[in-house]
Amino acid sequence: MTRAVTVLDTGPLTTVQDEGRPGQAALGIGRSGACDRASARLANRLVGNGQDAAVLEVTFGGLALRAHADLVVVTTGARCPAAFAHNAPALLRAGAVLRLGMPAGGLRTYVAIRGGFAVAPVLGSRSTDVLSGLGPPVVQAGDVLPVGRPELGMPGIDLAPVADPGAGELSVRVLPGPRRDWFADTAWATLTGQPYTVTSESNRIGLRLDGPALERRRTDELPSEGMVRGALQIPPSGRPVLFLADHPVTGGYPVVGYVADDDVDLCAQLRPGQTVRFRHTTS
Amino acid sequence: MRILPSGTTALLVELEALDDVLALYAALADQRPDGVVDVVPAARTVLLVTDPAVTSLAAVEAAVRRTEPQRDRRDAGEVVELPVVYDGEDLADVAALMELQPAEVIRRHTGDEWTVAFGGFAPGFGYLTSTSGQWNVPRRSSPRTRVPAGSVALAGEFSGVYPRESPGGWQLIGRTEVAVFDLSRDPAALLRPGNRVRFVDVGGA
Repeated sequence: MTRAVTVLDTGPLTTVQDEGRPGQAALGIGRSGACDRASARLANRLVGNGQDAAVLEVTFGGLALRAHADLVVVTTGARCPAAFAHNAPALLRAGAVLRLGMPAGGLRTYVAIRGGFAVAPVLGSRSTDVLSGLGPPVVQAGDVLPVGRPELGMPGIDLAPVADPGAGELSVRVLPGPRRDWFADTAWATLTGQPYTVTSESNRIGLRLDGPALERRRTDELPSEGMVRGALQIPPSGRPVLFLADHPVTGGYPVVGYVADDDVDLCAQLRPGQTVRFRHTTS
Repeated sequence: MRILPSGTTALLVELEALDDVLALYAALADQRPDGVVDVVPAARTVLLVTDPAVTSLAAVEAAVRRTEPQRDRRDAGEVVELPVVYDGEDLADVAALMELQPAEVIRRHTGDEWTVAFGGFAPGFGYLTSTSGQWNVPRRSSPRTRVPAGSVALAGEFSGVYPRESPGGWQLIGRTEVAVFDLSRDPAALLRPGNRVRFVDVGGA
């Protein structure tokens, strides 16, 4: 039987993701890749895939897949009701359906299948970049997604004891960014003193946050400059945008700070309405 | 040179002028320090993105400080020739701003040798500079919501070609049939930092 799955339903947004496209930023090609890298890597590890195997990133549940062959599957990240394989690899028999409900906490669920999703790569990666439009098309109901052959042994782990993303306030570490000195003296205390709320205008590109505005000291125009995931860019509204996987390669608004790289994965699980607190750190 | 913090995985190097950026980028692209996964030039800065599993920011900073900038950063390779129909909607405005006839704007645009300085706006978009120093064109006061792919444009000291349809605030002076970004070609991006470019007037306006 063919190693593949048929997509019956996608929920609000399901994309194929891997480790992205490093090394091409000078050509205007962003890295992209899984928003919550830690969860995506865990999913691959649990089914004995290499770290660069492609997984599905499911936003707010709702995915349903039918297996064409006996396949080993796992879900990680946001826990969806009735997901029998959460943090625990399980066999999905040929003809059986994996159906994800809406998660009680967290936003993004990762589905890995042993062998990896084998859709055609674009510029060296199977990641869909929603900003540039590069990569495989967004997953649609009716798609048949091929699955590769297993290359590594199973790790022999029944269950990974990891905490589910929380539904309450998240606290993350923030470091001063390249343009902290473009802001008033009080701005850093403002940023780190009160929580910010994730708005519904958030996506794989970034989290648009609502909360106290940061006051600029310098109001001249900043020539565009390169940035990475985790940048807290301050547009004219004064309210931060936290950039995630599909952030633009360069930006023209000053970056006041950076969320520590490991903590950006936690931010990728925040839903609209949830709050995040930035805790000052220097390392 | 100032080295500015950019989180736990990157460093932003700020330089005096675009020429210094290009010289440092050329040297770093030639000999990328260990554990650096991306080097991103821009107008005044070079961003170095690291893999923290391989290197530390301190090691990368030391490597940058040791790097000898390459002043002649232009590629020795062939010049990319871009045939252009100079019938852009803003050509007359640009000519008026420069106090020139449109034909003289075209003559200067085709007469200069351009170099790809950096990218970043979209996949395959290159900010091109010329050594003549004769370009300083303001952006349009209100950006267009839709600029067609292949549009040849000016803004500030830069010229560029829109790789695909997108919003944009640059002044449009012409169009080219050449796809500057094509996924079926390897490399997909025609205009890479360091490449030299000449625009050729093919008439038909």
